[in-house]
Amino acid sequence: MDNINHHLTDQLLLSYAAGTLPEAFSLVLATHISMCDECRARLGAFETVGGAMLEASVDNATEVDLASTLKLIAGGPKDPILVKPLAQKRESRVFPQALTNYVGGDLASVKWRSVGMGVRQSILKTSGEATVRLLHIPAGCAVPDHGHRGLELTLVLQGAFRDETDRFARGDIEVANEDMEHTPVAEEGMDCICLAATDAPLRFNGIVPRIAQPFLRI
Amino acid sequence: MLVAETATEITTRPFGRVPYFAETPHKGKNETCKKAARRVTEETRWVMMVGYIRDNQDQKAFAELFGHFAPRVKSFLMKSGADAGMAEECAQEVMATLWHKAHLFDPTRASVATWVFTIARNKRIDMLRKQRRPEPDELTWGPEAEPDAAEVVEIQQESVRLAAALAELPEKQRDLVQKAFFGDLSHSEIAEETGLPLGTIKSRIRLALERLRHAMK
Ligand SMILES: [Zn+2]
Repeated sequence: MDNINHHLTDQLLLSYAAGTLPEAFSLVLATHISMCDECRARLGAFETVGGAMLEASVDNATEVDLASTLKLIAGGPKDPILVKPLAQKRESRVFPQALTNYVGGDLASVKWRSVGMGVRQSILKTSGEATVRLLHIPAGCAVPDHGHRGLELTLVLQGAFRDETDRFARGDIEVANEDMEHTPVAEEGMDCICLAATDAPLRFNGIVPRIAQPFLRI
Repeated sequence: MLVAETATEITTRPFGRVPYFAETPHKGKNETCKKAARRVTEETRWVMMVGYIRDNQDQKAFAELFGHFAPRVKSFLMKSGADAGMAEECAQEVMATLWHKAHLFDPTRASVATWVFTIARNKRIDMLRKQRRPEPDELTWGPEAEPDAAEVVEIQQESVRLAAALAELPEKQRDLVQKAFFGDLSHSEIAEETGLPLGTIKSRIRLALERLRHAMK
């Protein structure tokens, strides 16, 4: 497990446990939780609340057809089912399986597009309420200065970045709300790879990023 | 006794060794305590039934689980906005998934109710919202590492305690939690701090994860 200092909020974990988050955010949560047993345990606690809700939601009139269900079972599983637990020897990999499923492979399989100033991105396909993309920020470079509307989650997968408040390394997640203006800078030594989701288009403050914005498609 | 004696033989496989309390595990005499003990007995029994399905494809055990959980899943889905037809279809698929994935259930980290809830939730996302559900990487006990019986009982007890604590919440707060789980609140409508009493169960699950990580090494 990585040594993680920045975790998910209760608000996000409860929504993820309830299954109401947009897919783009869910992907960031699933990726963080794959790397963080602390948040996995917190998610388990929220899911136990869901279990209690299920347990309590019954009225005597409700019935389900057992015979049809047994027929369904006889037809075999709908999706392929994991028979053996996933091998845990994946230290050499940058992405947890949850993310690999969306990329179609590990870091080497990402199809990057330049967005200017050395920064590259790759948008991952999810449902439309929010967007998620991988960001590649060269060591020592700044991510263009931007403010937020809505919610933005940034999960570090490789390297580290700093902003005005803190340092974020592999596994750390930054939860940025509205009104937050910040300038993340990738640390020297290693390029920084992040998974970032937002439910609003970014608005950039600098002149160059403003020109680049139409190409960002976010 | 709350539940009838099972017709199924107790197997020697892991879940079969989970102690099944004929007597109440608590010594207390008051009704609340007895009720809680009965609930723990029930939860522990569901764990055993899942084990029978996993090991013996036991249809009797399945029918028993079905009788309890299928109507709850259907009601839950209808409260989440599914019509009766879709809720029926979903509930059948949820119960079929329980059968097929019995080997993936980890009773040291969740009660059967919690596990069934997660299957129902994912089915709801799939069928009602037509979205994929990104899931954290699966962690399961390998065939050589078996769940510890005492740990299994502890997590069932903790789940029952949490359910009781939730029932005691002020009505307004309980209402909000319900709305969140039935899909009536978006993430921005949920409080930053939920104020739910989750500390103890979180610590239990955390311990189970640590032991699991250790066993995987
Ligand atoms: Zn975390």
